[in-house]
Amino acid sequence: MSTSETIARRPSQLFRNLSAKIASLPMILTALVVFLGSTAWTIVYSFTNSKLLPRLKFVGLDQYERLWAQSRWLTSIENLLVYGVLSLVFSFIIGFILAALLDQKIRFEGVFRTIFLYPFALSFVVTGLTWQWILNPDFGVQRIVRAIGWTSFTFNPLYDQRIVIYGILIAGLWQGTGLIMCLMLAGLRGIDEDIWKAARVDGIPTWKTYVFIVIPMMRPVFITTLVIVASGIVRLYDLVVAQTSGGPGGASEVPAKYVYDYMFLAQNLGQGFAASTMMLLSVAIIVVPWAYLEFGGKKRG
Amino acid sequence: MADVQTLNMVAAGVDPASDRLSGPRGARPRRTLSRRNIFIYGTLILVAVYYLIPLYVMIVTSLKGMPEIRLGNIFAPPVEITFEPWVKAWATACTGLNCDGLSRGFWNSVQITVPSVIFSIGVASINGYALANWRFKGADTFFTILIVGAFIPYQVMIYPIVILLREIGLYGTLWGLVIVHSIFGMPILTLLFRNYFSSVPEELFKAARVDGAGFWRIYFVIMLPMALPIFVVAIIIQITGIWNDFLFGVIYTKPDTYPMTVQLNNIVNSVQGVKEYNVNMAATILTGLVPLIVYFVSGKLFVRGIAAGAVKG
Amino acid sequence: MDTPATSVSIRDLSLNFGTVAVLKGLDLDIQEGEFLVLLGPSGCGKSTLLNCIAGLMDVSDGQIFIKDRNVTWEEPKDRGIGMVFQSYALYPQMTVRGNLSFGLKTAGMAKDEIAKRVARTADVLQIEPLLDRKPSQLSGGQRQRVAIGRALVRDVDVFLFDEPLSNLDAKLRSELRVEIKRLHQKLANTMVYVTHDQIEAMTLADRIAVMRGGQIQQLDAPQTIYSRPVNRYVADFIGSPGMNFLSGAVEIKDGIPHFIAEGIDVSLSNYIFNGDAVAAGPAELGVRPEHIGVNSGEDWPYANTVAVEVVEPMGSDTLIWSKLGNQNISMRLPSERAPRVGDSVSIGFDPMRASLFDIATGARL
Repeated sequence: MSTSETIARRPSQLFRNLSAKIASLPMILTALVVFLGSTAWTIVYSFTNSKLLPRLKFVGLDQYERLWAQSRWLTSIENLLVYGVLSLVFSFIIGFILAALLDQKIRFEGVFRTIFLYPFALSFVVTGLTWQWILNPDFGVQRIVRAIGWTSFTFNPLYDQRIVIYGILIAGLWQGTGLIMCLMLAGLRGIDEDIWKAARVDGIPTWKTYVFIVIPMMRPVFITTLVIVASGIVRLYDLVVAQTSGGPGGASEVPAKYVYDYMFLAQNLGQGFAASTMMLLSVAIIVVPWAYLEFGGKKRG
Repeated sequence: MADVQTLNMVAAGVDPASDRLSGPRGARPRRTLSRRNIFIYGTLILVAVYYLIPLYVMIVTSLKGMPEIRLGNIFAPPVEITFEPWVKAWATACTGLNCDGLSRGFWNSVQITVPSVIFSIGVASINGYALANWRFKGADTFFTILIVGAFIPYQVMIYPIVILLREIGLYGTLWGLVIVHSIFGMPILTLLFRNYFSSVPEELFKAARVDGAGFWRIYFVIMLPMALPIFVVAIIIQITGIWNDFLFGVIYTKPDTYPMTVQLNNIVNSVQGVKEYNVNMAATILTGLVPLIVYFVSGKLFVRGIAAGAVKG
Repeated sequence: MDTPATSVSIRDLSLNFGTVAVLKGLDLDIQEGEFLVLLGPSGCGKSTLLNCIAGLMDVSDGQIFIKDRNVTWEEPKDRGIGMVFQSYALYPQMTVRGNLSFGLKTAGMAKDEIAKRVARTADVLQIEPLLDRKPSQLSGGQRQRVAIGRALVRDVDVFLFDEPLSNLDAKLRSELRVEIKRLHQKLANTMVYVTHDQIEAMTLADRIAVMRGGQIQQLDAPQTIYSRPVNRYVADFIGSPGMNFLSGAVEIKDGIPHFIAEGIDVSLSNYIFNGDAVAAGPAELGVRPEHIGVNSGEDWPYANTVAVEVVEPMGSDTLIWSKLGNQNISMRLPSERAPRVGDSVSIGFDPMRASLFDIATGARL
């Protein structure tokens, strides 16, 4: 029973679970090099005057000052805010109502769900091009309505600077509301059947049960969905590129497009880095409080 | 007992005036056309029609000739059905100087999607398995970084990745894009597999270890065969996600290897020449066809994949 | 103590999860061929200890020897153990034969040797007709039998059972209990068996280790644990229905210790104290319901008359509740002699079979 013999064979801490560690190398590299490293790299270089190539000549907050002085960037931010807020409000309301309707033990539930969700399977490019066609003033909705007899009807979002973002919003809602519906439906199905029975025995009308009992109970589902959808909205890019290419006259520019254009077309890397860092900041404003609430308080041992 | 007696009396016609027996009895009558039902089905059908209109318009437009489009209305069914726009979209539509249609983009997308799906799922499933069953020190930290990283806008990371890929000589190549898709698919897929493998009873894993099986043997012989359903979910997520990608395709490939979405956008939004809306719509449908087929065939599993995506973070 | 060959030996074993100590400096020697049961409520560390013996959990400190070989850092497969789990843990996609042979295949054993071993195991457990079925096609009892077979086929010295019968219904449980006992008699291997079910522990064990909070409270033969529990915790945990505890104090009267409480005065002249010095002070007297005679006509060292308050028929026996002094007390007697509520009955017991515990420490006096 000598212990010295086994001490010699004690596996070193580093080599314990060696296979697991080797197998996790891609994950470790991705986490450290790409997610941490790249993000840090971009933030650092956003304080330099990199143009065509990245270089480490620090200029303080110059890039940010220039960024916020650009009318194009301000338009981008304004568009993102309008699109983001409206798309959250409408997709949540419509998505929840659809989910509540589907939850009434109706027939053909599967058919309806399939129809509401199919746009989500399509890419933003396909969505954008489709709605570009439907909203086309010469052939689309506007022409149809005029042809019926309402000749002064004007609905021309894709060629009207003031309302172009709403044209994109229509397409975005069509594509994304099904997802919200699906998540809400899952949330509704997760609610204890007995709640409904109790409400029925107490004689509470259905709508009241939803507003005062079910929706408060679904708070975690709402918050999680909100965070996911909101951090996706910040990335809004393909839809705009496909539907309007940022036009007319730059009226539908968004931050993600600003970043791409400055990095890969205008060869002004510093601006691209600064703009993307601002995007990171806006996501952090959404995600950090949520992550803190969700995981900070109740850490299980 | 009393009920049985009264029933017998009624059957015998003794006491037809009994109050208790004239009341409701048996299944409650339900009117199929109640106001509630009209409201519910009416709303649902209306919304369903709205959701289907774009698909309908796409299909009808793609089957019309250009003269008919110029004269008619986009909702009208085609007077004369023609498949020429489809042929043109597939084989001869132009992007810039190339005039070999979407077919090239299609095959590029296939070449991108197939290895990306296999590679990303392979890596992520092993990650998830290691995280669920072989926790080593620090593993959870890396996983947390990964999940938080899923929320970082891609725009923050794209340029450093360009540099990294250039350094290893993969920038602009198909394999470079495969790596990019594997990286950005990793958070959600790893989470999906970690959660799945965590739900497998730990005793099964212990039994296999007592039986002398190691990391890889347990993965391939015990875990993999059990995880087939979750692999299908992962495949669905990845095929649709990668096929629909636009941003990475634009950045990390060259015009020759552009995926279908990028090529589609270039065809439709090219400023040169006369706009051929029927060809554009045919091209759009063609591009959306693969994810649509995946969606309609997979049904409930697609929904499960979405739900899995929703719990990320 | 005269020690026969030890099979499993645990020295000063500790395991911490972060700051929580799950096992605290545990020592345990299990003899060759012994059936040892680790008994305790959930969370007492009994399964953790078993997992440490199996090598499925790394210990924080201490050593584990199996057959005099230090296996503290060995892989589970190299420890010469077989293990049976509560959830059976059968590989769902393999047939019964595949389940039995997986470990042998992994070890690189020759095919004909594997076939021989599987056949022998199947014969012992009478599962030959099931060999080509999948686990999903088996009943719970059959699955557990296959799980036992998977441990058996490895031809090892030590079997570890982790609550193997907990997922079965009562009838199957008692059937398989007998079968495990037969198996042990036939094979004479060392078996370490974790359970929270005291009936399983009492019926199966050569020795029982009662655990609590990561420590062994008492390690003894079942009968000793039942009749002479070392502390109040063990006394309370073992026995169903549970022991009566009367609180009061030990007082010395004319040189003879007495247990005194309101309305109770029990002479402890024949009680065997732990140690020599009998000190007066607060104490608890533990008496098992089945050790109290009711209208028995015997001449008890302690006797009294009480009124019946509640009657609980349990089939063959009946439990009756009453008050001794002002404290609740339960008694167990054959149902045919059960009194009615309100009856006055004479009761009595022998202090020699009772247990006396210190109120502060809970230790046996």
